[in-house]
Amino acid sequence: MAAWSPLEWPVLRQFRSGDVFGRGPAVTSPTTRHIAPRTATADRVVQSVCPFCAVGCGQKIYVKDEKVVQIEGDPDSPISRGRLCPKGASSAQLVNNPLRQTAIRYRAPYATDWQDLDRDTAIDMIADRFLETRRRTWQDRDEHGRPLRRTMGIASLGGATLDNEENYLIKKLFTAAGAIQIENQARI
Amino acid sequence: MANADCIILMGGNMAEAHPVGFQWVTEAKARGARVIHIDPRFTRTSAVADRHIAIRAGSDVVLLGGLVNHVLTHDLYFREYVVAYTNAATLLGEDFRDTEDLGGLFSGFDPRTGDYDPSTWAYAHPDGRVESTGGEEHGASASARAAGDQHGSGGPALEHSTVLRDDTLQNPRTVFQVLRRHFSRYTPEMVRDMCGITLEEFEYLARSVTENSGRERTTCFGYATGWTQHTLGVQFIRTAAILQLLLGNVGRPGGGIMALRGHASIQGSTDIPTLFNLLPGYLPMPSAGLHDTLADYLEEVASPTQKGFWAYADTYTISLLKAWFGDAATADNDWAYDYLPRLNGPHGTYQTAMDMLADKVEGYFVLGQNPAVGSANGRQQRMAMSHLKWLVVRDLNLIESATWWKDGPEIASGELRTEDIGTEVFFLPAATHVEKAGSFTQTQRLLQWRHQAVEPPGQAESELDFFHELGRRIRERLAGSTDERDRPLLDLTWDYPLDEHGKPDPEAVLSEINGYHVTGPDAGRNLSSYTEMKADGSTACGCWIYTGVYAEGHNLAARRVPNGGAGIAQTEWGWAWPADRRILYNRASADPQGRPWSERKKYVWWDEQAGRWTGSDVPDFPVDRAPDARPDPDLGGAEALAGDDPFIMQSDGKGWLFAPTGLVDGPLPAHYEPQESPVRNALYPQQQAPARVLFPREDNLGAPSADEPGADVYPYVFTTYRLTEHHTAGGMSRWSPVLAELQPEMFCEVSPQLAAERGLETGGWATIVSPRSAIEARVLVTDRMRPLRINGREVHQVGLPYHWGVGTDAVVSGDAANDLLGVALDPNTQIQESKVASCDVVAGRRPHGEALLRLVRDYQLRAGATVGTDSARITDPARETVEPDPGDDEQGSVWHTRW
Repeated sequence: MAAWSPLEWPVLRQFRSGDVFGRGPAVTSPTTRHIAPRTATADRVVQSVCPFCAVGCGQKIYVKDEKVVQIEGDPDSPISRGRLCPKGASSAQLVNNPLRQTAIRYRAPYATDWQDLDRDTAIDMIADRFLETRRRTWQDRDEHGRPLRRTMGIASLGGATLDNEENYLIKKLFTAAGAIQIENQARI
Repeated sequence: MANADCIILMGGNMAEAHPVGFQWVTEAKARGARVIHIDPRFTRTSAVADRHIAIRAGSDVVLLGGLVNHVLTHDLYFREYVVAYTNAATLLGEDFRDTEDLGGLFSGFDPRTGDYDPSTWAYAHPDGRVESTGGEEHGASASARAAGDQHGSGGPALEHSTVLRDDTLQNPRTVFQVLRRHFSRYTPEMVRDMCGITLEEFEYLARSVTENSGRERTTCFGYATGWTQHTLGVQFIRTAAILQLLLGNVGRPGGGIMALRGHASIQGSTDIPTLFNLLPGYLPMPSAGLHDTLADYLEEVASPTQKGFWAYADTYTISLLKAWFGDAATADNDWAYDYLPRLNGPHGTYQTAMDMLADKVEGYFVLGQNPAVGSANGRQQRMAMSHLKWLVVRDLNLIESATWWKDGPEIASGELRTEDIGTEVFFLPAATHVEKAGSFTQTQRLLQWRHQAVEPPGQAESELDFFHELGRRIRERLAGSTDERDRPLLDLTWDYPLDEHGKPDPEAVLSEINGYHVTGPDAGRNLSSYTEMKADGSTACGCWIYTGVYAEGHNLAARRVPNGGAGIAQTEWGWAWPADRRILYNRASADPQGRPWSERKKYVWWDEQAGRWTGSDVPDFPVDRAPDARPDPDLGGAEALAGDDPFIMQSDGKGWLFAPTGLVDGPLPAHYEPQESPVRNALYPQQQAPARVLFPREDNLGAPSADEPGADVYPYVFTTYRLTEHHTAGGMSRWSPVLAELQPEMFCEVSPQLAAERGLETGGWATIVSPRSAIEARVLVTDRMRPLRINGREVHQVGLPYHWGVGTDAVVSGDAANDLLGVALDPNTQIQESKVASCDVVAGRRPHGEALLRLVRDYQLRAGATVGTDSARITDPARETVEPDPGDDEQGSVWHTRW
């Protein structure tokens, strides 16, 4: 630290620097002066949309070393004009949360705990169960002989937090398979 | 909203639930608009409004009906708009009977089934013949397939668009006169007695709304689930729609009724529906008996002789089948229509849970939703999942719907034992919004594209990748199958271009949703408009209302001109369906001659010189149809639209004050009390909505209503709501340390009076008991809640946020408010009543283990709650008339059977 000088009295410093209310350089510490915001050092910025409510606020995703380092409101958005609410402002934590699950978990029937499973095995098991259930619960016609062509053995819930493209593939696949109990939060 | 002169926020708490959207309310207010918040609770929305008006939960139709009555009796409606643009002048058939005639029921009610036959609600036929009753779909079938949802992009079908009119509005059979009579009992005094709103408050509200409507000014309504989640939720919104049409506030800047929806793409998942009853673009899922062939289906969806763009439903349907089944969809096989599965009852999420309990459902996918916490009657949901053979949960965190077998409330109460549960559970980690590219559709129909920022970590992947891969493996397993039932899967178009990791390109999916030419000189080229679609297999399109978002191969959802460009409609940001229009029905922003109603509210108008509609938005009208054009209505389709038919998706081109078809619980709104209510309905002898969907079951008992014996056991009204810092059932917020710290604990809001009555203290504990469950919560005593005088007695309301759930993985956990709720549904939408129910509140924490079950059971016994409680269709048969008499001969028909 530099030697103490009366000129460094905060009130004098405020007047000297023109920062009369002490909200700018007059009160900035050397540490603060020497750090750069993550938004300035990011490798790239990607435009996105907040994943919480349906207002659709614009987000800017700051990425460094292939990690999300910051998420800010997008000032270009005519909807949100750069603002985010506490949920939207916390969304970097949604991505980087250490509590987040990044591994597949499997609970066998009657088991008391989870076990690990690789992706290939998991999807194979699900595809097998899907087809078995479909075979077992197939309804070809109703009691009047009218076509039903469906299974009532497979249901799905969710979609309001997903992309349009994802909802489209889900509806398309399930409908072709004859699964009709497909629902999401819009019903709730 | 920023352009409104008055904003009424009702059935929601916009400042806390949609804080960033609320800046436009604030901006309107800064420009001089009046903002009024009507809600059971005083919230942050109320704090910055000009005025908060406290209302009893569930009484909204009384208040809105009171406003309709005020407008009609004081001649404050916008006459020129009403006569030209609504069906006010249209004559109804002679067989229609109103609630005024029948003691609270409309004509056509069948008390044995609880369904309406809507045939007597039809418009009078021009040649005097009576509409055949067979021509209208019966309420039982329409309700079962939640047909109300189908009107998400426009009105229901009429057989024809020729109507009888009386432009003087004097004929007693005009909609206008029927409306006048129907709402006459919705007086300010009735509002006072049923809603708890003083005469002065009502007068202030009525004056605010009417003085800020007309040529020069517009009023806007904003609502959320405080309107939808009721046994007559659709009728809440209908009442507001009637009011807004009478005041001329539809299709104009600063007008309308804004749905403030709660999930990033809940609008998108309704448009491209992961819903049982719909196909993309609000086409219905086929129903057995109603839609057995493609011809039956098309005939029922829309008549080619009705007005407007629904008349081309054949082109939308066949293009969808082409998009899904490609070359396998041919003219010879009716475009593979038979590949589609059929409904024969309501297959909604609540019926599905009950089917699980009956061991009819083996497998369940849960995708970014948390029914163990977020659905009504949470115990029923969790018990249902324990009956599954296999469960796949895809989420970011280990939500309660994935862990109930281990640490759920039923494990704690001893009802379930982990070692006895045979359900196989797969938890698959999902990608966040920044780890995949794709589009969300926000609450104003705007599609916005998200670019991918990073790869998902570990084994996490998007739903797009997962379902693409699942579909690939299912098809691989079926390859070579000769079973006819496997044809739809094998013929499914599933050949999306893949990247180097074998992942499908989301833009290719958007391109298919948008649609493309299949054959002809333009083969392979994307469609620009849904009007290009053909019914001959030459076009394919995954969702007709989204056509144009990928016009000419350009992803317009990704448009990001700063601030949306210079125009007032800010159209250069994202893409709004349909056809990039920002305000629907905007032809109504001009007068019948095509001139702006006023300079101040100028938006879209007729350019005489150019012979075209022009203005600040894409005109929502045939662009060269002159205001004075009067084509023959029998032409059908868009050709039949007259120059003053702004409601181009309605089958007569008019805004519907009276709904001759399309609703299953009445052509006009009528107030009925919630399924559970301590208040007797003062409007009609009928207590509850007669056509509501009921589940009289031991695991879904109700509290006795009004002055029934036992009603005093659950004397208080509770309502549920959101906080700013959490998101629905908490899956995206209770795991976040920041948000969990901001709102760490479940609480209840009670008034000082109720606190005194029950000995509750701020920071202490309360136990809230309903016939379904008992939960505990920290107490917040606040004068933001206040008791209301209803029919001369005091009614207390309790506020409960619903974000917490019982589990061990989240940063914070707590009892779930939704466990208190029963399941009773709006018959139009199959949405549950979760914004109002009855409870008791006592000081202290709830018991645990078996003692908890005993507590709930003791209350049920004391109240005498049985499966018969609140289950009567007709409250007082002596004072209510069923007309026409249903007779005894209709039991055989499948459409008259309740599933």
